[in-house]
Amino acid sequence: MIRAENLVRKYGDTVAVDGISFDISPREAVGVLGPNGAGKTTTLRVLAGFLHPTSGRVGIGELDVLENPLECRRQIGYLPENNPLYEDMEVSEYLEWVARTRGLSSEACRSAIQNTVGRCGLAAVVGKSIGELSKGYRQRVGLAAAIIHDPPILLLDEPTSGLDPNQALEVRGLIAELKREKTVLLSSHILSEVRASCDRVIIIHRGKIAAQGRPEELAASASRGDRLNLVVRRGAGDLEEVRRALAGLPGVASLSMEAQDGEARFVIMGNPSAEDMRPMIYELAVAKKWPVLELYREAASLEEIFRSLTA
Amino acid sequence: MSDSRLCPLVRKELNAYFDSPAAYIISVVFLLITGYFFAQPLFLRNQADIGSFTDLAPLLLTFFVPAITMRHFSEEYKSGTIEILMTLPVRDRDILLSKFLASGALLAATLAFTAVYPVSVALLGKADLGAVAGAYAGLWLSGMLLVSAGLFGSTLSRNQVVAFIIAFLIGFSLFLLGKVGAFVPVWLTPYTEFLGLDAHLANLSRGVVDTRDLMYYATGSAFSCSCPRFGCG
Repeated sequence: MIRAENLVRKYGDTVAVDGISFDISPREAVGVLGPNGAGKTTTLRVLAGFLHPTSGRVGIGELDVLENPLECRRQIGYLPENNPLYEDMEVSEYLEWVARTRGLSSEACRSAIQNTVGRCGLAAVVGKSIGELSKGYRQRVGLAAAIIHDPPILLLDEPTSGLDPNQALEVRGLIAELKREKTVLLSSHILSEVRASCDRVIIIHRGKIAAQGRPEELAASASRGDRLNLVVRRGAGDLEEVRRALAGLPGVASLSMEAQDGEARFVIMGNPSAEDMRPMIYELAVAKKWPVLELYREAASLEEIFRSLTA
Repeated sequence: MSDSRLCPLVRKELNAYFDSPAAYIISVVFLLITGYFFAQPLFLRNQADIGSFTDLAPLLLTFFVPAITMRHFSEEYKSGTIEILMTLPVRDRDILLSKFLASGALLAATLAFTAVYPVSVALLGKADLGAVAGAYAGLWLSGMLLVSAGLFGSTLSRNQVVAFIIAFLIGFSLFLLGKVGAFVPVWLTPYTEFLGLDAHLANLSRGVVDTRDLMYYATGSAFSCSCPRFGCG
């Protein structure tokens, strides 16, 4: 549905996007993650047809963005970074203008506005000037303009940037609804947003793809061995003895202990090559009759993966 | 692109003009100045013709037109809305054309208000309607040439003042070229006269419609309009 092959975009001597390639399937929601200046916005601008690639190919469906710019733009709904809007226009006037410029007939335009206003929760402000709206409503107007022609593809550049937590939650809810029927590519540096909204993540750093895959795949590939947490009740025995027994297990790379209140927490780091150590720990605890309160494995979080790839 | 998509673009530009006080202020200033210079000989010298208006109007247009065109692309760049405009399924030339046509409409509306001058002349004396129509056509065509220069200036900067100055310098150069015939070598005179606004406007003001004059306006406007590269590319 969306395809980038060796995409390069330079601004003078500065390389903003440096040979990235990816494929996005229909109805897939993909998040582009990266620190500021990584090349996320440039990538989306090239896909939207606002910027030309310096080299490489970008395709929407079977069409090349450079060869069929108008047809590609018809299939895309685009929310640019910072959501620029015509401040002097009223909400309804703006949506009508976007719909008419996108080729909707006056009848289709009326029904599209009605539908979009309802979907984006704009009924209360539809007659107001855009310049008078709060940031949350402005973001909804931008989203409404992006979906008014019912495009199969949505490109959203930092859709919740600058919103308060409640507004961000509302916009995320709308995106979650939209991704059921559309291909969504959104850029963000808010990891929780990407985790909540996307099936797949592409991490860009310094114009290159640092990693891509489903969040759990990235977690698995980024993991440097098991990180297990064992919590036992204190007073059930000598903690030093517990520590020695755990340290003696095969595959344990390091071990730390923290005792507080009525319990002691052991964090066990396994060797990258070691097998799952949970059954061994369970059997040991049963044999030694340790009162186990918790035993769980921590996966590498998206935050950790992001930091390890982009720091 | 079908006209149905050009229409909303033009309508947006017209609304942007007529919803803002700036266009009214600029037009009123233009009308006040031309009105003063039209009325002065009428009352002081009992001379009823529109010559004083048509002589002054080209110079005033070199200020008036940049003032109405300076915001077009500069404002889109500054607010970021150029990104919205250029990701809609419309061609670059249609975006340019919509701004060109909207400016032309505002120019025509402003010139239409000055029709009170030839009407006054016709009531007080005898007006040559052919010459009057020719003069107005010439003024509008000269204005459109300046509009295209103004759009070109507006594509070069996100600062409206800079866009105004660039457009004014182009327009004023064209105005001056029509005046410097006596100060340049004889062999250069035909070129300066052809490039300047004066000679073409003078022909039309006499009621003479020469295809060379029309070509001058058409090619000048087309050349300026073909220069802009207003996307981020």
